Amino acid sequence: MLNHIAGRILQAVVTTFGVLTLVFFLMRLSGDPTLLLVPQGASAQQIAELRHELGFDQPLIVQYGVYLEQLAHGDLGESLVQRMPVSTIIAARIPYTLELAGGALLVAIGIGIPAGIAMAVWRGGALERGLAALVLAGQSMPTFWSGILMILFFGVVLGWLPTSGVEGVASLIMPSVALGALTMAGFARMTRIAVLDELGRDYVAAARARGLSLGAVVARHVARNAAIPVVTVAALEIGNLLAGAVIVETVFAWPGIGQLAIQSLAARDFLVVQGVVLFVSLVFIAMNLLADLIYAVIDPRIRVGA
Amino acid sequence: MTSVPMSGSAITPALAVDDLTLAIGGVSVVDAVGFSIAPGEVMALVGESGCGKSLTAQAMLRLLPRQVKQAAGRVLLGGEDITALPERRMRRLRGRRISMIFQEPQAALDPLSPVGAQVREASGLARAASRDAVRRMLAEVGIADPERRIDQYPFELSGGMCQRVMIASALIGGPAVLVADEPTTALDVTIQAQILDLLRRLAAERGTAILLITHDMGVVADIAERVAVMYAGRIAEIGTTEAVFAAPRHPYTSLLLAAIPRLSDAPKSRLAVIEGSVPTPPEYGVGCRFAGRCPLADARCVAEQPPLRAMEGGHLSACWHAERVA
Amino acid sequence: MSGRLTPGIAAILGLLAIYLLAAIFAPWIAPHDPLRQVLLLRLRPPLTSSPAAGLFLLGTDDVGRDLFSRVLEGARASLIVGALSVSVSLLSGTIFGLLAGWFRGWTAVFILRVVDIVLSVPAILLAVLTVAVLGPSFTNLILVLGLTRWPRYTRVAYAQTLQIATLPYIRAAEMAGARAPRILLRHVLPNIAGPLMVVATTEFGLMILFEAGLSFLGLGIQPPSPSWGSIMSEGQNYVARAWWMTVFPGICLFGVVLCVNLLGDWLRDRVDPRAQSR
Repeated sequence: MLNHIAGRILQAVVTTFGVLTLVFFLMRLSGDPTLLLVPQGASAQQIAELRHELGFDQPLIVQYGVYLEQLAHGDLGESLVQRMPVSTIIAARIPYTLELAGGALLVAIGIGIPAGIAMAVWRGGALERGLAALVLAGQSMPTFWSGILMILFFGVVLGWLPTSGVEGVASLIMPSVALGALTMAGFARMTRIAVLDELGRDYVAAARARGLSLGAVVARHVARNAAIPVVTVAALEIGNLLAGAVIVETVFAWPGIGQLAIQSLAARDFLVVQGVVLFVSLVFIAMNLLADLIYAVIDPRIRVGA
Repeated sequence: MTSVPMSGSAITPALAVDDLTLAIGGVSVVDAVGFSIAPGEVMALVGESGCGKSLTAQAMLRLLPRQVKQAAGRVLLGGEDITALPERRMRRLRGRRISMIFQEPQAALDPLSPVGAQVREASGLARAASRDAVRRMLAEVGIADPERRIDQYPFELSGGMCQRVMIASALIGGPAVLVADEPTTALDVTIQAQILDLLRRLAAERGTAILLITHDMGVVADIAERVAVMYAGRIAEIGTTEAVFAAPRHPYTSLLLAAIPRLSDAPKSRLAVIEGSVPTPPEYGVGCRFAGRCPLADARCVAEQPPLRAMEGGHLSACWHAERVA
Repeated sequence: MSGRLTPGIAAILGLLAIYLLAAIFAPWIAPHDPLRQVLLLRLRPPLTSSPAAGLFLLGTDDVGRDLFSRVLEGARASLIVGALSVSVSLLSGTIFGLLAGWFRGWTAVFILRVVDIVLSVPAILLAVLTVAVLGPSFTNLILVLGLTRWPRYTRVAYAQTLQIATLPYIRAAEMAGARAPRILLRHVLPNIAGPLMVVATTEFGLMILFEAGLSFLGLGIQPPSPSWGSIMSEGQNYVARAWWMTVFPGICLFGVVLCVNLLGDWLRDRVDPRAQSR
């Protein structure tokens, strides 16, 4: 068990390192990153000063070392537009994105997992076909389109829900549904396959031969076995959720980190963009690690085994 | 088919099957099968894979795969016809009146639940009251140190041990009938013998009737008092193991018996094989289904299905030429 | 869903054919110049016609351009971006997967690590970052999508190659003196083409969604060139006054992606009947 966890942590560290390196080189893809950061209309001398100040005149390998060292201290640099530490700017937006992601996850799990189980247990029936259509719609629906349609229908036509901004729980409903739909589809498909897989196994027949109802077998045995593959995918889906927030937050003017990234891009505040990318990627890696650990806790073969 | 060969005793059989016909999409895969088992008796249902013996076993618990339908016949459990019972009532019979063990004991246990919990599940007892009962049951099926084993997971147990756990979970509810579907096929030879011993002892001590599904004539000889030989969805021959083995009256049985390799065979002597292959359900036709592979087959065999007839040894055979079988 | 050609799948193929034809022949079908602005006719509802300009089938947008012509042109953009980015990532991803599966060992470890790393950065954010550095343009859009999407193909190609490369007939070809590139191209690739096509199909749907999404954010196809995403982004400001600007491009996008996903499921069942609709 300890070996398993240590291996996973090592893997996560390697991946983190790789992502940091990838972002570092991406930022330098255009040649001179100083030009990205200076305000428009700066003189050649101002540019040279800024280049020196930011260390971009150093050899690449030195820059890389400084970059890693700063990140190790949690320092994402300072926004040249807002004259504030990037980490402070991002931190102020995180709660909003977490709220949105939480709402979306509620939609995704609350609908996706029961739907997946139902599709597997009652396969071939009308219920499965209905749910399959729902899943397919969720999978094929562009979040910004479903978002705008909801704004049009519930906001403009019916006037039930606020169309944008942050006005309590009501304003969280539409963005959560728009963002959660794709993840819901992912959960439903994965759960359906995992449950179908398990339902075909001998232990299900054996448990039924012992007098358990199909419902009891699903609740007591199948659900936990099927959870193992679903949990692994759940982590990936949560990462996608954060990425999807970029679009949904723009549609609903929701002040989370996704909107921040787009606003900063428009304001040429590239260190903030970089900060958001790094932050979301690290969360994504952490989620995957968490999934591996949960996996180890659920599965006695890993928990108890050598 | 009306002739239901009942076991010799006058008491109600633990399990009786009459004219059982199972179909997949209108094609019958098990055809008019009938037999009965007395309490404490071990009866083997033997045949090649695909002959319908496993489906027959599943029909005893009404746990058929969804595409398989029972087209005709009755299954009597202690005299009670279960064919038309509502699923809720049927569920209460499983584990308590009839239960089942499987070929792959490790696959038949939920890998994520401790084995004790899976045994208890069938008892219908509350957690506190049942721990003792589960431990006693585990001890009864020959598991050493049940107090420790009860909390272990299937992957921590050997295959033979898992099969003992399965047997414990199948018997803890005190069923009158145990269906054992190839219970030793996946196990080592020495473990096989131990499990067969255990089943025989349990049948004798608890009076449980056992329907043993197998393809192995050796296993039949070891444990079964009576045997039904199935071929292509029908019963070819049925009777006491002694009578059938001593004087088989169906060419298929006699070829199966000849195909058992023996230690006394000369080294490198050829294994006896049955020429040809088993027909699939759509190919069954109107005559004897073994006719295509049978050394004795003639025109009548192809044209007309032979019924089960009583033989001199007291057993039944479905062969027009039963008297000529050597 | 079975693998046979059912009426349902025929309908899907028909709809996709309409999409392809519309995208390819957009300039000849379009009744108006998709860029021509007639401010006097802005935000007109569908089926508006004027004696001077003719019929506006789907209405006009906020600067009086014909929405039908723009949606047609948007189909063209989505098809080009989808086809190009899928080709780029399919080609590169397959090569990496073949290499990893053939050489195994450290080559595979390295390639699979890089796959994990790229998959750890959500594609949209990687796109945002790249566009931030390189600026938004058509080429950069393709570059970004190619850069972020190849790992999917690599994983599939790797797993399949690994299975096939150890089969006796491949080893026999190797021992008979065939060279690795030849074996990979002649023996391995045809065997892994099926699963790769399944991935490419679902990826094509995703790429169309990505193109629209990035264009919606202003990071993809640049105005005034129309894309379904950018039309909807412009339309969002007028959602209360001109529903048609968001509804029609959205229907097209949703419909195409839906059909592509259904086609992907169908292909998957054909390629691997055991793996139900995954």
